[in-house]
Amino acid sequence: MGPEKKQKRNLADLIFKSVLWRSIFRTDIPTDKRGRMVTVLNNFFLHLHPVSIPRHAVKLKYTWLMGILATFLFFVLTITGILLMFYYRPTVQYAYNDVLDMAESTPLGVMREIHRWSAHLMVITVWLHMFRVFMTGSYKPPREFNWGVGVILLTLTMLLSFTGYLLPWDQLAIWAITVGSNMAAATPLVGREGPGSALLSIGDISLIGRTSDAKFMLLGDTRIAEGALLRFYVFHCVFFPFIIVMFMMVHFWRIRKDGGISGPA
Amino acid sequence: METLKHLLNLLSDPRISFPILMILFFFIFPPTAWFEKWNKRLHFDRLWTPVGGLVMHGLMLVALVAATLDPNFRLIVTKPDNVPIVILIFGSVYFLWLSMRQARDNDQRLEAGEKPDEYCDPKRRDILVWPDVLYIELIAMILCMAFIIIWSLYLQAPLEQPANPALAPNPAKAPWYFLALQEMLVYFDPWLAGVVFPTLIIVGLIALPYLDSDRAGSGFYSFSRRKLFISLFCFGWLLLWVYLIIVGTFLRGPNWNFFGPFEVWDAHKVVPMNNVNLSELIWIKLLHRPLPNSILLREAVGILGLLGYLFVLPPLLEKSALKRFAGQMGRMRYGLFMFLSLMGLLLPIKMILRWTLSLKYLVSIPGWFNI
Repeated sequence: MGPEKKQKRNLADLIFKSVLWRSIFRTDIPTDKRGRMVTVLNNFFLHLHPVSIPRHAVKLKYTWLMGILATFLFFVLTITGILLMFYYRPTVQYAYNDVLDMAESTPLGVMREIHRWSAHLMVITVWLHMFRVFMTGSYKPPREFNWGVGVILLTLTMLLSFTGYLLPWDQLAIWAITVGSNMAAATPLVGREGPGSALLSIGDISLIGRTSDAKFMLLGDTRIAEGALLRFYVFHCVFFPFIIVMFMMVHFWRIRKDGGISGPA
Repeated sequence: METLKHLLNLLSDPRISFPILMILFFFIFPPTAWFEKWNKRLHFDRLWTPVGGLVMHGLMLVALVAATLDPNFRLIVTKPDNVPIVILIFGSVYFLWLSMRQARDNDQRLEAGEKPDEYCDPKRRDILVWPDVLYIELIAMILCMAFIIIWSLYLQAPLEQPANPALAPNPAKAPWYFLALQEMLVYFDPWLAGVVFPTLIIVGLIALPYLDSDRAGSGFYSFSRRKLFISLFCFGWLLLWVYLIIVGTFLRGPNWNFFGPFEVWDAHKVVPMNNVNLSELIWIKLLHRPLPNSILLREAVGILGLLGYLFVLPPLLEKSALKRFAGQMGRMRYGLFMFLSLMGLLLPIKMILRWTLSLKYLVSIPGWFNI
């Protein structure tokens, strides 16, 4: 009996039953229904999902997978973005040449391509995700708040993409941002060229001027220069990712709390 | 061939294509029973059959191929940063078709007294996330990553000449996802096109679930249950967003002038700029009198017209044509709904006034604001 029992301990058992493995994963590889449910419940990442979902929600024609792909693209962008940060210095002197060098002299030089195309794709997937949620009427109670969170996520996605647009510091970048940042100058009340900016003044001293309006706050300067590049870099790499992750957490949590994926009553 | 190209250039001009699309739109997505009658009569609902889908996508494909055959237009379409827009065009039409096809199916089911296709008997409805859902997600992510890697290997990310604040490109374009806003700049001043309207879009979208007072009809594709809101939403999404992005990307050349797909982007194209303000139209052209010195008197028609449009029209409609609708919604909801819809409609209204009357501003108070 003894030797036979030893032979049955194959490689899979050696790994999956090892002390190390079992310390990391809280459940065995599932073999039955109960095991499959427990696996999802006991894993930090998987427990974003419920244990089971309604049959219609598995069909691609219902969800189009746009939500999961948008999330996935966000992680692709985070990872490639971090890699790009190793090679990029946000100063007028270095930025352009760093980007140029990235393609030429770094191993795996397609990271910038992956980052850029994923960013475009993320904007599209987020839009289509919203379109799907709208067309299935899934914004209706009890999900109305989460729809609002989604609208903010969509806005943040576009702001993330917009702030990243400046970083290569080429002609395409600064002139696209010029078009965008000129809008800030036209903000009512707090933009220099916006309506009502003359109202904000104490006596003869105007509070809103070339160096104290919404555009100046955005660019850190009266024109797109060193200050704007650094600001957009911080917005792009730290500020907006931080905010969007906050909203993503709420978004995912509320999906579960509001009853999971929508479906007909 | 030349006549055909000329015709296509003419047709793609927003002055022609936008009114056509706008009128067609409400027959394709009927917001009310009257439009629905015509939708049925004109068989527009056949767009959402497989054949209709094939025809739509076939036409788009032909248009794309035809466009890339033209050397000038190919340069624009194949610009690396414009490739996503091609994906957006095909994506938005495909998913529109996919959702409307299911909506059409479900509407027929509901009419026959059946449950929608998504419905499943509660006793046998659930699918375990491990492994079924996770497999789907994993495969989707792998395919998505493969797609991006292939795209990245074949197409280099654009990098133009180093930034030069002294050398403005013509035209200078915002990133493609903001081009609808930049296109609005043609018709409105920056404080409206760049600040007020984007804010209203965000506020309006967030407000949407609170405005749609009908709680039924959630969780499945349907058109008949939500026709008003789908019609309005798709009008904004397809015509005021995607369409304007397409125009802004492919058909706007130097000096933000319009260029047809088969037209060379000539920086010296002369476009007469003889837009006039509403005040001039009224006082000089209509009343044959000089402009009054008092600004308030001069702009009275524009100011009163706008105030009336935004704040008198809704209560009037509440008492008359929209009585039932307003009653269902309640005062607060109705008020917000009308304000947001009328603000949204300002854009097409201003576009049409620009094209028909060469109208520059409805209200112009230099140094303060122009509308």
